[in-house]
Amino acid sequence: MIESFINERVKGIKPSGIRRFFDIAAQMEDVISLGVGEPDFTTPWHVREEAIYALEKGRTTYTSNSGLFELRQEISRYLEERYQIKYRPQDQILVTVGASEAIDLAIRAVIQPGDEVLIPEPSYVSYSPCVILAGGVPVPIPTSEKTEFRITGEDLASCITERTRVVVLPYPNNPTGAIMERHNLEDIAQVLREHNILIVSDEIYSELTYGTKHVSIASIEGMYERTLVINGFSKSFAMTGWRLGYVAGHPALIAALTKIHQFTIMCAPTVSQYAAVEALRNGLESVTKMHEEYDLRRRFLVHGFRKMGLECFEPKGAFYVFPSIKGLGMSSEEFCDRLLREERVAVVPGNAFGDSGEGYIRCSYAYSLKNLEAALERIGRFVKKVRKEKNLE
Amino acid sequence: MHQKILEILEKDSRISVEQLAVMLGASEEEVAAEIKKLEANRTILGYHTMIDWEKTKRELVTALIEVKVTPQRGIGFDKIAERIYQFPEVTAVYLMSGGFDLTVVVEGKSMKDVALFVSQRLAPMESVLSCATHFVLKKYKEHGFVYGPEEKDQRAAIWL
Repeated sequence: MIESFINERVKGIKPSGIRRFFDIAAQMEDVISLGVGEPDFTTPWHVREEAIYALEKGRTTYTSNSGLFELRQEISRYLEERYQIKYRPQDQILVTVGASEAIDLAIRAVIQPGDEVLIPEPSYVSYSPCVILAGGVPVPIPTSEKTEFRITGEDLASCITERTRVVVLPYPNNPTGAIMERHNLEDIAQVLREHNILIVSDEIYSELTYGTKHVSIASIEGMYERTLVINGFSKSFAMTGWRLGYVAGHPALIAALTKIHQFTIMCAPTVSQYAAVEALRNGLESVTKMHEEYDLRRRFLVHGFRKMGLECFEPKGAFYVFPSIKGLGMSSEEFCDRLLREERVAVVPGNAFGDSGEGYIRCSYAYSLKNLEAALERIGRFVKKVRKEKNLE
Repeated sequence: MHQKILEILEKDSRISVEQLAVMLGASEEEVAAEIKKLEANRTILGYHTMIDWEKTKRELVTALIEVKVTPQRGIGFDKIAERIYQFPEVTAVYLMSGGFDLTVVVEGKSMKDVALFVSQRLAPMESVLSCATHFVLKKYKEHGFVYGPEEKDQRAAIWL
């Protein structure tokens, strides 16, 4: 049996139950999708052009393991200006292959077999598998609409055991669009101060908050030392395909992460790094423009769902809305499956992001207004049909 | 708010007041009143449709003419510019810095049409010193819109 070669940890990662549904969506043509977790914008032209120049100049070799020093300097400046957190480019910043690699490195560098990692849910799908692969035990902290999908000090305290080693902080959140404001962070910091727990703060959507500025937990008193801040270029600069992220933190931790990184990855893609320098130096205006556009769409989509009678809390971050379909008497998966087959609209069932996402659907607004309008019309028609069918009117 | 309204309308003037209001988090009445004001004070000059005439049977030639003129005492270039832009075949007139004075954009059915306009109408005008006519061979982009087919969304239908 070939399967016997596959190790127990890999086997321990449950294949996503909704894989089948994704496959159907992938094969259909003429689908209107609100299902994608990446920007619809193309990387700003001046950034792409810089990459072309880098190629022309023959910048095709490895960089230092930690990444171009120039880039780390820019990252350092950016983090301080934007979020008031200071990291030395010399030994506190590591450039990675997307924030995804940074998450994996952070978990692998600190987790011993049996250690528990707290993960607020619903949240992005990669934390739990990374923990399992590292031999750790993922422990979900379910969140709900009642707290606007934020975690509270109380939630956190009730999940901490002697084996808790890390808490992941995925805010602004994919899929709910929830954010943690300063007072929310103070609330959990108070609990964390009493424990020896490391924070892995995934702030990849930090540029995309609406009505309020993102606050990094590393800027909260007493949290700096014990926080690994993860961020990247994918969402803010529309650079998903460039695969470029970074992690910043205590030099001893960054040295540990770099150890894994240097043997498994060597260095992040060189051309992407040159492009990223340009993005940080001259790209913030584009970030603002995209942000404004997302904000308009966000209001439009929330309004659209509320108008069809679906409860939809106002997301303050990322580019997702997370309306509730609980009143329609079906599961998230059934809803999405039928919506896809009957109206050819692809959205993602909330339970793909953890059990507490059941009863919700994730709809991305990284799409043109025209696309959003067409999708809303079809979803509205579908919801009406379901209500009629089940006598819910 | 009016800055935002203008930015959105510039890209899509057919957007409804209702949708504008939703996107800006304002009431429909507020938005409608604001647009009315902008129209009244001629901040919004009009609404325009982008058309790729190449896709139709209509023959259309566009030319860009560099014009040198003698400015007139007291009124500078305005008077002559006005005399030029009154012609219906003129779609745009700009006062320029540099080697010539006015850029005049002219549309006609054929090159002959445009040539006739230049030789019979424009060049003979009293203050016009010289004209250099450049015909547009191909339009790539105008008012922020790129000609040709829309680019397809390359992304998969679902990605977490």
